[in-house]
Amino acid sequence: MCLGIPGRVVEVYDLDGARMGKVDFDGIVKEICLSFVPEAEVGDYTIVHVGFGITKVDEASAHETLALMKEMGVLESELDATAALAAEEAIAAGEEHP
Amino acid sequence: MKYLDEYRDPELARKLFDEIDRITTQPWVMMEVCGGQTHSIIRNGIDKLLNENIELVHGPGCPVCVTPLDTIDKALAIAGREDVIFCSFGDMLRVPGSTRDLFQVKGDGGDVRIVYSPLDAIKIARENPDKQVVFFGIGFETTAPANAMAVYQAKQLRLSNFSMLVSHVLVPPAIRAVLDSPVNRVQAFLAAGHVCSVMGFSEYVPIVEEYQVPIVVTGFEPLDVLEGIRKTVVQLEAGTPAAENAYTRAVNFDGNKAAQTLIADVFETTDRNWRGIGMIPGSGWELSQRYADFDAAERFDVGDIDTQEPEICRSGEVLQGLIKPNECEAFGKACTPRKPLGATMVSSEGACAAYYTYGRFIEIEGVTA
Ligand code: SF4
Repeated sequence: MCLGIPGRVVEVYDLDGARMGKVDFDGIVKEICLSFVPEAEVGDYTIVHVGFGITKVDEASAHETLALMKEMGVLESELDATAALAAEEAIAAGEEHP
Repeated sequence: MKYLDEYRDPELARKLFDEIDRITTQPWVMMEVCGGQTHSIIRNGIDKLLNENIELVHGPGCPVCVTPLDTIDKALAIAGREDVIFCSFGDMLRVPGSTRDLFQVKGDGGDVRIVYSPLDAIKIARENPDKQVVFFGIGFETTAPANAMAVYQAKQLRLSNFSMLVSHVLVPPAIRAVLDSPVNRVQAFLAAGHVCSVMGFSEYVPIVEEYQVPIVVTGFEPLDVLEGIRKTVVQLEAGTPAAENAYTRAVNFDGNKAAQTLIADVFETTDRNWRGIGMIPGSGWELSQRYADFDAAERFDVGDIDTQEPEICRSGEVLQGLIKPNECEAFGKACTPRKPLGATMVSSEGACAAYYTYGRFIEIEGVTA
């Protein structure tokens, strides 16, 4: 939950007064709140934490981080509540060693 | 045991390890505050590959681990109500309360849902006007902008069926608490990168001045951690403590002003009880008076709660860096990620879980991996 994941802003729009957007995390696209990174435009990279952009980041380091998170196998469970539930259930069911 | 060639950039990693070797002349103890850093250190064997004069102790930087037991018990009581949809980040589901966890509440028919973002809970509240939707608002400063925005939106939308059970914790008072402890051994801190993305690191300047300890803002990727350690050793060896930034690509001195403004509107500082550690003055955020209507703790009367922590669990000492997880008698035996006795064994950011996942339980049986 605490990890911040870098992604590329692919769309920006307004929703109920909040600055929202679509952010692409190496193929997984999610709706993200961009209210705290008003300077982030389409094509920019932002570190996203629990659905919110918290800071801009450069492209090269964003790619590095994404590759590392994929390697660690945490990308999906961090981004997707269903995957997170499945991961928790797997541990509870006894598959202790990832 | 991990090897250098498993690093993404083994050349750079070797250079950093060598440089740390070169400049280290005496023993130093430093604490990484963030659970993400702990995870990275153990996963990549940084503590094993590092110059033996440098000891890394793992800090309290796992919000799941330090959420107080009475708050967990309150969450369990609320989540068990028939009129409630209880939304939480995934890591909280297996955190043991006094008698059960959220997973069991869900198994017993409670409507407990994992959400990715607090705004998902807002959406659920709009879609279920006949239900009370409660979000478990935990976390350090990094999560606070998101939680603040959810409450702010709920107010804008006049959502009367949304509330938040808030248990936010703050890093700077925790650093002070570690330093104030009579048994403290920590001489320097690696501060948590993304906490500082939000808050900046101006708050650390007075701590450095008062306690004369280096505080270096550090990322959580292996090379980031190494660079943070290197900068810290330079300061320690030179005797020139400062608040320094080793994570410039995501952190600046002042932090994210837009986030801080909303946080200041929605939350106010309060004393907070940290699980296993105890009360730390001024170390938490709760909803401010303006948003008191959205406080789940007020909205739901769950009666008196009698908390019970398993006696054997030493997570408090683990969280304060006083012992390593594998020094706990229950580690890997009575206590595993499947049947955790303490929260530090549950969260992927908890030190006990990191030690378990990366095989550090073997060492206590005298066999080195
Ligand atoms: S190993 Fe388990 S019982 Fe021991 S301190 Fe860690 S969480 Fe507590």
